[in-house]
Amino acid sequence: MTGDHQTLALVLFGVFVAVTLAITTWVSRHRHGSPEEFYVGERLFSPMENGFAVAGDYMSAASFLGISGLIALFGYDGLLYSVGFLVAWLIVLFLVAELVRNCGRFTLADVVAARMRERPVRIAAGTSSVTVSVLYLVAQIVGAGSLVALLLGGTSGAAQTWTVVGVGALMVVYVSFGGMRATTWIQIVKAVLLMCGAIALTVLVLMRFHGDFGQLLRTAADRSDHGERFLAPGLKYGGDWTARLDFISLGLALVLGTAGLPHILSRFYTVPTARAARRSVVWSIGLIGSFYLMTIVLGFGAAAIVGSEAVRGSNAAGNTAVPLLALDLGGGADSTGGTVLFAIVAAIAFATILAVVAGITLASSASVAHDLYASLRRRSAKPRSEVAVARVAAVGIGALAIGLGLLARDLNVAFLVGLAFAVAASANLPVLLYSLFWRNFTTRGAVWSVYGGLLPALVLVLLSPVVSGGPDSLFPGRDFQYFPLENPGLVSIPLGFLAGWLGTVTSREVADEAKHAETEVRSLTGAGAA
Amino acid sequence: MEMHDGPDIGAGRADRSPAGDLRDPWCDALLSGWGELDGTGAPAPVVAPRSALRQQGASAADIYLEVQRSEAFQEVRSRYRRFAFPAVAVFLAWYVAYVVTATAAPDLMARPVAGAVNVGLVAGLGQFLTTFLLTWAYARHARLRRDRAALDLRWTVFEQRRKWIRQQERHRVRSGAREQEGER
Repeated sequence: MTGDHQTLALVLFGVFVAVTLAITTWVSRHRHGSPEEFYVGERLFSPMENGFAVAGDYMSAASFLGISGLIALFGYDGLLYSVGFLVAWLIVLFLVAELVRNCGRFTLADVVAARMRERPVRIAAGTSSVTVSVLYLVAQIVGAGSLVALLLGGTSGAAQTWTVVGVGALMVVYVSFGGMRATTWIQIVKAVLLMCGAIALTVLVLMRFHGDFGQLLRTAADRSDHGERFLAPGLKYGGDWTARLDFISLGLALVLGTAGLPHILSRFYTVPTARAARRSVVWSIGLIGSFYLMTIVLGFGAAAIVGSEAVRGSNAAGNTAVPLLALDLGGGADSTGGTVLFAIVAAIAFATILAVVAGITLASSASVAHDLYASLRRRSAKPRSEVAVARVAAVGIGALAIGLGLLARDLNVAFLVGLAFAVAASANLPVLLYSLFWRNFTTRGAVWSVYGGLLPALVLVLLSPVVSGGPDSLFPGRDFQYFPLENPGLVSIPLGFLAGWLGTVTSREVADEAKHAETEVRSLTGAGAA
Repeated sequence: MEMHDGPDIGAGRADRSPAGDLRDPWCDALLSGWGELDGTGAPAPVVAPRSALRQQGASAADIYLEVQRSEAFQEVRSRYRRFAFPAVAVFLAWYVAYVVTATAAPDLMARPVAGAVNVGLVAGLGQFLTTFLLTWAYARHARLRRDRAALDLRWTVFEQRRKWIRQQERHRVRSGAREQEGER
């Protein structure tokens, strides 16, 4: 990449950072520091605003660059990935969004704790939420480092280090000064930028092929060296049965994990009613679905226009497919159009990362302050101090994420996103669904189902090929690999559900009829909702 | 079952508007949440009198139990469940079938349909299409068959709680007066 690209991209980065900081300053003018304001922006967002923000929270750089890159390299198998990310939203819409909005106040644990003994349940749900958030955060922040280095050509270690530190510092500033309101507006701005960028590139690709999608597919298949096989599944996940099972495991984690992601759940509290929560999910499904449809065009477009070989040559994981495509669509490497489009795509990718990490940081600071600290503190502390704790927690989580991000800088952390989804699906989803729908669910069942999903997921990953025993492992020299799959979901999700059931049927505690009635009535009618 | 949309649920509505206190924080949200197109206008924030009610745990619980057993609530719940549960079962089965077929039988997916488009592409785009359709169907079902009844129930709970609080207050005032008399 030449100097022009770099300068222009840096200028655009700078503009985006300035805009987001301006938003943060602007929304924090009149803040009064209530938990309602900090965690959920006074619940005053409209469904459309929240829909954009949800989409902004969900569409990470991994989807924008990663999925289209996968399609450019492996054809159909990349598409398989994006289907899971989208279908997951039906679970959110049907079973989670409205009911959670009605029953909880700020976090996932609120919903469960309403029926159970509060302390153990909050500690369990808070722990698993923070675990999911930190895993996801480290994946994003390491991704940010390598992405910026990749896009700006500065592959030096120093550039990556400063990117990681800079992204971490910015997200802490957004969250601790602006709370939910700033975070939401940053998500909205980013979602609009991302959609505009994707639409522009999609239109340019389709224009190149005169609107003929079949022609696009044929050209992509021809230039990929795989021919017809490029358009069918099997290039990436079609190896031995372990690889196939691994993909099924990942697919399961994607589809069931989204409904357990703390930063997605907390978004439903930012609207006034369950009805508004439903409509924001409808908005976000529309946005996310059309976005993934466009990544299909972009991925096959990159294969057809840039060529799989050139994409692989630039980055083995395919992350540069879309930037390279933009360069070509704008008129080539030395043209003004190419430079401008490339810089815009790079800036959008950067904006995407910043917005996503801010959302996760906010959700995890809420889990720390509202669930963990509130359960472990002395009884005398005043509610006002909870927001102060949340701000400090945001700084702490930021520091932790930067530290882990720097440690993991040169490691292959692509598995972390899948792992975060697997943990969310095994630890958060069972307890959430049981509390909402199972009359006899008890405190022990809740605690068991959280730990019974969380621990197996983490232990199985430690014993998996991503940590040891293979050339691409974190510790290639060691071998304590006993579990064949990279993603633990296939085993740990059923275990989470099983543990919740087992804990409930073995406990002597009788489920509180009245509290169940309250949860059920509140969840479906919105009576007494915060 | 689906037919009796009206009587039991609608009955509460007639006497509601006159009963609704204009200063009531619920009033605004209830009315603005009603129409089919409550578009971008965000309803007023709903502030539940939670602290007041928490103290009177026993009674609040009774109200919820009573509402839960009411026919109107059972109807809302069964309408929700009769749509949501089968729909979840159907799309999860369809998704799992898709993923398993794609990984286990790639040859089937590679079979051409028309031009460059093969079974796999049709199935993949079909997943997108069914997601959009189910989203639309769910939103429509909830809007037409659930929202109104749910709002009525929400109102019922609120009314009962308020009535109960008033009773408690009256009771307290009366017993306070009696105590004063006793002192004299």
